[in-house]
Amino acid sequence: MKDLTKLSLAETRNGLRAGDFSAVDVTSAYLDAIGAANERLNAYVAVAEEQALDMARASDDRLAKGEGGALEGVPLGIKDLFATRGLHTQAGSHILDGFKPEYESFVTANLWADGAVLLGKLNMDEFAMGSSNETSHYGPVINPWRAEGSDDDLVPGGSSGGSAAAVSAWLCAGATATDTGGSIRQPAAFTGTVGIKPTYGRCSRWGVVAFASSLDQAGPITRTVEDSAILLTSMAGFDPMDSTSMDVDVPDFAAAVERGVKGLTIGIPREYRLEGMPGEIEKLWQQGIEWLKAEGATVRDISLPHTKYALPAYYIVAPAEASSNLARYDGVKYGLRVAGDSIEDMYELTRAAGFGREVQRRVMIGTYVLSAGYYDAYYVRAQKVRTLIKQDFEKVFAEGVDAILTPATPSAAFRVGDASMAADPVKMYLNDIFTVTVNMAGLPGISVPAGKDGAGLPLGLQLIGKPFDEETLFAAGRVIERSSGQDFSPKRWW
Amino acid sequence: MTILDTRTPIPDYFIAGATGDWEMVIGLEVHAQVTSRSKLFSASSTQFGEPPNANVSFIDAAMPGMLPVINEECVHQAIRTGLGLKAKINTRSLFDRKNYFYPDLPQGYQISQFKDPIVGEGEVHLDMGEKIGIVTVGIERLHLEQDAGKSIHDLDPSMSFVDLNRSGVALMEIVSKPDIRSSAEARAYITKLRTILRYLGTCDGNMEQGSLRADINVSVRRPGGEFGTRCEIKNVNSVRFAGQAIEYEARRQIDILEDGGEVIQQTRLFDPKSGETRAMRSKEEAHDYRYFPDPDLLPLEFDQALVDRLAADLPELPDEKQARLIRDYGITTYDASVLVADRASADFYESVAKGRDGKLAANWVINDLFGRLAKEGLDVTNSPVSAEQLGRIIDLIVGGDISGKIAKELFEIVWSEGGDPAEIVESRGMKQVSDTGAIEKIVDEIIAANPEQAAKVKDKPSMIGWFVGQVMKASQGKANPKAVNEILRAKLGL
Amino acid sequence: MAVDSKTVRRIGHLARIRIAEDDIETYADELNVILGFVEQLNEVDVEGVMPMTSVIPATQRLRADKVELGGYPERIVSNAPLSEDNFFVVPKVVE
Ligand SMILES: [Mg+2]
Ligand SMILES: [Zn+2]
Repeated sequence: MKDLTKLSLAETRNGLRAGDFSAVDVTSAYLDAIGAANERLNAYVAVAEEQALDMARASDDRLAKGEGGALEGVPLGIKDLFATRGLHTQAGSHILDGFKPEYESFVTANLWADGAVLLGKLNMDEFAMGSSNETSHYGPVINPWRAEGSDDDLVPGGSSGGSAAAVSAWLCAGATATDTGGSIRQPAAFTGTVGIKPTYGRCSRWGVVAFASSLDQAGPITRTVEDSAILLTSMAGFDPMDSTSMDVDVPDFAAAVERGVKGLTIGIPREYRLEGMPGEIEKLWQQGIEWLKAEGATVRDISLPHTKYALPAYYIVAPAEASSNLARYDGVKYGLRVAGDSIEDMYELTRAAGFGREVQRRVMIGTYVLSAGYYDAYYVRAQKVRTLIKQDFEKVFAEGVDAILTPATPSAAFRVGDASMAADPVKMYLNDIFTVTVNMAGLPGISVPAGKDGAGLPLGLQLIGKPFDEETLFAAGRVIERSSGQDFSPKRWW
Repeated sequence: MTILDTRTPIPDYFIAGATGDWEMVIGLEVHAQVTSRSKLFSASSTQFGEPPNANVSFIDAAMPGMLPVINEECVHQAIRTGLGLKAKINTRSLFDRKNYFYPDLPQGYQISQFKDPIVGEGEVHLDMGEKIGIVTVGIERLHLEQDAGKSIHDLDPSMSFVDLNRSGVALMEIVSKPDIRSSAEARAYITKLRTILRYLGTCDGNMEQGSLRADINVSVRRPGGEFGTRCEIKNVNSVRFAGQAIEYEARRQIDILEDGGEVIQQTRLFDPKSGETRAMRSKEEAHDYRYFPDPDLLPLEFDQALVDRLAADLPELPDEKQARLIRDYGITTYDASVLVADRASADFYESVAKGRDGKLAANWVINDLFGRLAKEGLDVTNSPVSAEQLGRIIDLIVGGDISGKIAKELFEIVWSEGGDPAEIVESRGMKQVSDTGAIEKIVDEIIAANPEQAAKVKDKPSMIGWFVGQVMKASQGKANPKAVNEILRAKLGL
Repeated sequence: MAVDSKTVRRIGHLARIRIAEDDIETYADELNVILGFVEQLNEVDVEGVMPMTSVIPATQRLRADKVELGGYPERIVSNAPLSEDNFFVVPKVVE
C-alpha cells in the first residue's frame, strides 16, 4: 500500500470517504511513523495510541454508515497547550507535571465532533514562550530539515515547534498550534509548512493554556494551503464560554482557496525592509510580489510607520499578561508542588523549580512593568503604541489594500543551541519581528513556504489580512504555493 | 487625591484625651454579596453551606485555559444598587486584575474594577436623632469583584484546608468617603446600607453568613484638624463588632499619639473575644497589586435605556417611604423610621393602616406587635397575627365594640389561637356595653356603696378616675368608657 | 530605570519565584537588556492616544444567570498535589 502518511489532509479525508483505506489504516500508519521518528525528532510529548485507535475504529463505523464528519478519520497532532480530557496537558512545563484536565478545549472538541482522530500531544516551548522550541521541559524538537551537506540539528522554530516538525515529518495529517507573537507562522516558515494565525476572536481560547490573553490565537499547521483552510474551518467558531470569541459566521474556507488574486490590491510595507536583511529573503519577497502580479493582483507600496515599535511593545504587553496568567501555577490545585516550611516557601520553591529560565525571565519582566511606579511608563505606553500599530493597518485597509505581503521570518532555521541567541534574549526575540505586529493588531496572518535559502532550507512569505478575512489569505497563499511549485518535503534522515 | 472634609465637628463625638479632645475620622469599604443564582464569571451556584468544593467549576478553580464570562444579573444588581445610592452609573466600565498570592485566590488574581468602576459617586443619609439630625455620607464608588474562597486553619496543626465554594461569587464593594465621625454613625451607616440593599433585593445583608462585611478605616485627629494616619480593620461581620472595633482602635491610636508616638498605617483584625484589634501578620508587607485591565474581558458597556428600565422597576426606598408614611398616615418621624427599617415591616404597617387611623395603627404595629415579636424572637414575616387580623382588631376599637383594654386581651387570643377578631368578640361576650341603662345601674350601685368618695369628688374632681375604674371593674371591662364618664359626671354633679 | 540586585529580589518575591543568590546578577543583566530594548518606545509620541483595551471592536457579552456548572468536587481536586475530603490542603497560612 502507498504510504498513507504522505497524503495531504484533503487527500486523506477524501480517501477515507471513498473507502480507499480505513481510518485505522491511516492512524496505524501515523502511529508507526511516530514510533520510528519521535526518539530523534522529539515532536510528541505523549502518544495516545489506544485512544487514537479507538477513535479511528469509531470513525470507520461512521464512515461505513455514511455519517462521517468534515474530518472523519483524519489523524491530528495537538499542541500540548490545548486541554485534552484525561490526557497529558502540560504546556511543555515542569510545573504542570502529571496534569490531566477534566475538560476538553473548545477547539479540540470541535475537531473530535468533526470526526478527527487524536494521535497525541505535541512538544512546544514552555508556556508557548520561545522561538526555537528549546525552552520545553521535554527537550528541544529537532527540525526535520537539515542544511545541505550538514547533519547539524536545526530548530523547528517555536513555540509550535512540535506541531510544525510533526506535520513536516509526516507524523500527523495536520496539527493544532497557537500563535502569540509568531508561534504558528515562524515554525511553519522554518519547516516548509503552512501556518495561519486567524483573526483574534476567530478560535476560542477556552481550554487553551493562556500565555498572553490579548494576543493568543489558535490556528492550524498543515502541509498545504487547502489543508490549512479545511482544518481552520473545523477549529474556528463562536464560543459563548470565551468573552473574546466573536459571534461571526465561519465560512467554508476551502471554498476560497482557488479564488485567485485577480483584482486584489496587495500592500508592500516599506518598514519591513530591514537593514541587514539577508539577500535571499529580500529576493524571495520580490519573487512573491511578481507571482501575485502575474496572477492579476495590483501591488502597491504602503507605510506602516509604527512597525518598528511592535516588538518592544510586545515584550511589555505579553510578559505583563503572562506574569498574571501564570500566577495560578502555585502548587495548590494541580501540577508540581515543592514542599516548603510555609506557604510562601512552597510558592517560591515550586515556581522556581517548575518554571524554566525563559518563563521565569518573562514573568519577572511582566511583574516589573506592572509594578507600582512603572505601570504607566511601560504597560500603558505599550498599550498606546499598540493602538497606533492597529491604526496603521486600519488606515491602509481603508485605502483599499486587501492584504499585505511580507517575509515571514528574518532568517531560515538556525542551529539548536545557537550560542548568540542563548546569550542575548533580545536576539532570539527578533525572530518574531515580522509576525508580531499581526498579533498586536489582532489581524489574521498566514505563512506559506515560498522558497529556499542557499543551504536548501525553507523560507516563508507572510500575508496579513483584514479582520475576519482569512479567505483572502487562503486565496493569495494558494497563489504563492502554486507559483513557487517547489517540493517542501524534507529529506528523510531520521 | 485631596479628600474634602464635608463635616463640621460635633462636640458630642469628641473623645477626651490627656492632652485635649480628639475626633475620629472613619471611612468604610463594605463588601456586599450580590444576590444572584450563579457566580460573577461562571455558572456555578452561589448557594451557602454546601460541602467543600461542591459549588466549584473548573473556572472557579482556575484550571489552565479557563475563562470568565460575566453574569448579566450581577451587572443589573450593581446598577440597581447604584441607583439606590443615588449614584452615577457608568455606562462603560472595565475589569482589572488585582494580583496577589493566597491559597484561597486560585487565579493568583482577583477580577475587580480599579480605574473605571460601574458606579461612581452617590450618597447615604443617616438619621442621627433630634440633636444631630440627618448626616450625609458620601459614596465614593461601587464596583463589582470576585469573592475569594475560604481557608480553614483549625482542622490540622500544620496545614490549612481550602474550600473554593465562595471563590468567584459576585461582590459589590461599596466605598464610602471618610465622612463618618463616630462609631454610632458607622453603625448607622452599615445598618442603613443593609436596609437599602435589602429593599433593592441586591444583597440579603446576612452578616453572620458573610454576605455583608466591612473593612473600616479609622484615624484620629484634633477636632476639625488635619487627617491622621489610618488603620484598616478588615472583614468586620457585625454592626456591633464594628462599633466595638472602632472604639478600641480610636483609643489605641489616641494613646499612641498622646505618648508622643506615631500611628503606622496598617491592616488590622478585630477579635470579638478580647474586643481588641491586632495587626495582621500576612498583610505586614506593603502590597503591590499590579492592577491592569483583564485581557480576558472586554469593556463592559450598556446604554442609558437599560439604566432607565432598571430605574423604573426600582422599589420605593426607605427614605422616600419614610417621608410618604409621615405625609400619608400622619405618624411621627420616629415611628416612620422604625417602620421603614425593613421593607416587610413597612409593608405590614401599610396593610394595617390603609383606610384606618394611621397613628393608632402605628401604635399597635410598633408597640404591641413588634414588641411581642421581639419577645418571641420572631419577625414580621412569620407573625402569628396577620395584618388583616390586626386591622380588624383596630376596627373593633374604633367602632366602639371593644375598649383598648379588651383589645389587648383580644390580641393575645388572636396571637395564640388565631381566628376572626369580630367572631371572637361576639362568641366570648367581649363586646363593650354602651347601653346607658345598664351602665346607669352599675353607676348607681357604686355611688351608693361609696358615699364618702361621692362627697369628696366635688372638691377633688380628679377622683372621678377612681369611680371610672370601679365601674369598669364591675362591668368586667366591657362598659364603654366614654359613656361611663358621662353618666358619672351627671350623677356626681360635676 | 536600571534594575539592580535589590529590585531583582523584590520582583522575585512579588512573582513568588525564589531566585538563587548566584543568579541575581545574571537576572539583573538580562532584565536590563530587555528593558533597554523596550526603551525605544519612549520615542513614540503617544499624546492623546487611548491605550488599547480590546484588540477587537467589541464589548462584553452578558451571560444569563443560570446554574449550569459545579457539583463535582472530586473532579476539582483530582489533580491536587494534596487534598483531603475534597479540600485542597496547603501549608498552614497565618493571618
Ligand atoms: Mg478594598
Ligand atoms: Zn474588595
